[in-house]
Amino acid sequence: MQAITLNGLTKVYGKEKTVAVNKVSFSVEQGELFGLIGPDGAGKTSVFRMLTTVLLPDGGSATVNGFDVVKDYKQIRNSVGYMPGKFSLYPDLSIEENLNFFATVFNTTVEENYHLIRDIYVQIEPFKKRRAGKLSGGMKQKLALCCALIHKPTVLFLDEPTTGVDPVSRKEFWEMLKRLKAQNITIIVSTPYMDEAALCDRIALMQDGKILSIDTPANIVSNYPDQLFAVKADHMYALLESAARYEKRINSYAFGEYAHVAVPAGGDLEAGAAALRSSLENAGLKGVEVYPTMPTIEDCFIKLTVDRPAQALN
Amino acid sequence: MNHDPASNKKEISIKADQLTKRYGDFIAANALSFEVYKGEIFGFLGANGAGKTTAMRMLCGLSTPSSGSATIAGFDVYKQTEQIKKNIGYMSQKFSLYEDLTVLENIRFYGGIYGLPRNELKEKSTALIDRLGLQGEANKLVASLPLGWKQKLAFSVAVLHQPQIVFLDEPTGGVDPVTRRQFWDLIYQAADQGVTIFVTTHYMDEAEYCNRISIMVDGRIAALDTPHRLKEQFQVGSMDEVFYQLAREAKRVEV
Repeated sequence: MQAITLNGLTKVYGKEKTVAVNKVSFSVEQGELFGLIGPDGAGKTSVFRMLTTVLLPDGGSATVNGFDVVKDYKQIRNSVGYMPGKFSLYPDLSIEENLNFFATVFNTTVEENYHLIRDIYVQIEPFKKRRAGKLSGGMKQKLALCCALIHKPTVLFLDEPTTGVDPVSRKEFWEMLKRLKAQNITIIVSTPYMDEAALCDRIALMQDGKILSIDTPANIVSNYPDQLFAVKADHMYALLESAARYEKRINSYAFGEYAHVAVPAGGDLEAGAAALRSSLENAGLKGVEVYPTMPTIEDCFIKLTVDRPAQALN
Repeated sequence: MNHDPASNKKEISIKADQLTKRYGDFIAANALSFEVYKGEIFGFLGANGAGKTTAMRMLCGLSTPSSGSATIAGFDVYKQTEQIKKNIGYMSQKFSLYEDLTVLENIRFYGGIYGLPRNELKEKSTALIDRLGLQGEANKLVASLPLGWKQKLAFSVAVLHQPQIVFLDEPTGGVDPVTRRQFWDLIYQAADQGVTIFVTTHYMDEAEYCNRISIMVDGRIAALDTPHRLKEQFQVGSMDEVFYQLAREAKRVEV
């Protein structure tokens, strides 16, 4: 059964009729860990708010656990957990009080569903008398996740749970999600970090209110149409400028310590690498290294957005 | 990036010596010593709670150190905080521009605060709007701009008064991959003109774009070198792994 379905879901804001969510359709299977990947302003939060029934759609429809987001909002609210991007617990209540409050609101107790939150809660339990407003970002995030889980939801909505979180804590957070998934909770999570996409069962890449692509991370990568080379040289800035002038170039950009250069697929790999290397060396670059490389989700996202000049400034 | 403009000139822009901040028994920043050179892009990394913000606040003249010393553009962090503020620019992901003012009003507001003369401000506003291609948006509210444009505008406004150093606190958080790279082009241009860049980020690929990087763990600087040498030192292939090895050893419970 499908846990979530969206059918042409649309949201329009304000006098200027800004289309935040533009006829978005997809579905999430029960027990799936589904990622909504895109930058700020892509429309991820609007999608989450409509699915959790706190925002009315302006077009299309959606269901969660088979319930309609407009007509059956009460049933949905009883069965989902929602962790908004903005911290929204009670800052004047302690850790313990917040958790008890959310359990009580949903007619349950902390004891009844403690097994769901135990792994996470033990990390903040030593500070359970502390007010939520006085916690650090990482602790707030863990408390918010506990509060979203305490009524044993069947679908969990996590809106940018890792934004502004350091790489180590982000890794820990994703390990927690994997354990929750093992409890057969459907999880839909949004993130601007492309490297987190690989940890989802399926992902939707989103920009400007539209879905660019939906598939498993592996399929998105294998559908990348071009040949990608990772290139190094002594001067990165000069390398980027020279790569931009390479005759076979489809796109080129900095990628960590390398530059990525995309050229048309097909043809001999070694010959392609050699041609690129000699072109860069002829441009006066020293220490040039060229390797064929597998695209990442970030490369795929860039490929999908690059034909949209409206996005570019300069 | 392997090129290191700092190594030739070595003109010191930021110098910290045993810089420390205590809150009661808690040592948020513990004996930080480092130098940043003019025109350098210096990455300031660390896990949440490692003490980055505390250190940045001291360097910007916003918080008085408990002990140790530091000079920013030659000015003392104890006695010359006003001169420091005049000579630095600051931008963060969380707050940068006034959403309820237009693009042009924001530029005028910040230029005014930094005391730019009216004529100069007018010229600079026009030049900046042209350079960013915002002619059509000059009289629109900042709230209506996409995040990537806001961040590029915020950076340009932060260097409008030609500061010697600009502090960037997670400037690209949540920005799309294409715009994130365009933002780094602006950083390179500014560094090329001699502006010192002090930047924090959680994107490890961006750490690679810095000339040198420091990584804070539990209030101390646990590592400081070029990305290339750090990877050699830790015998790993990426900055992500360097960061992971260091931050994993953190003892401090983030509370």
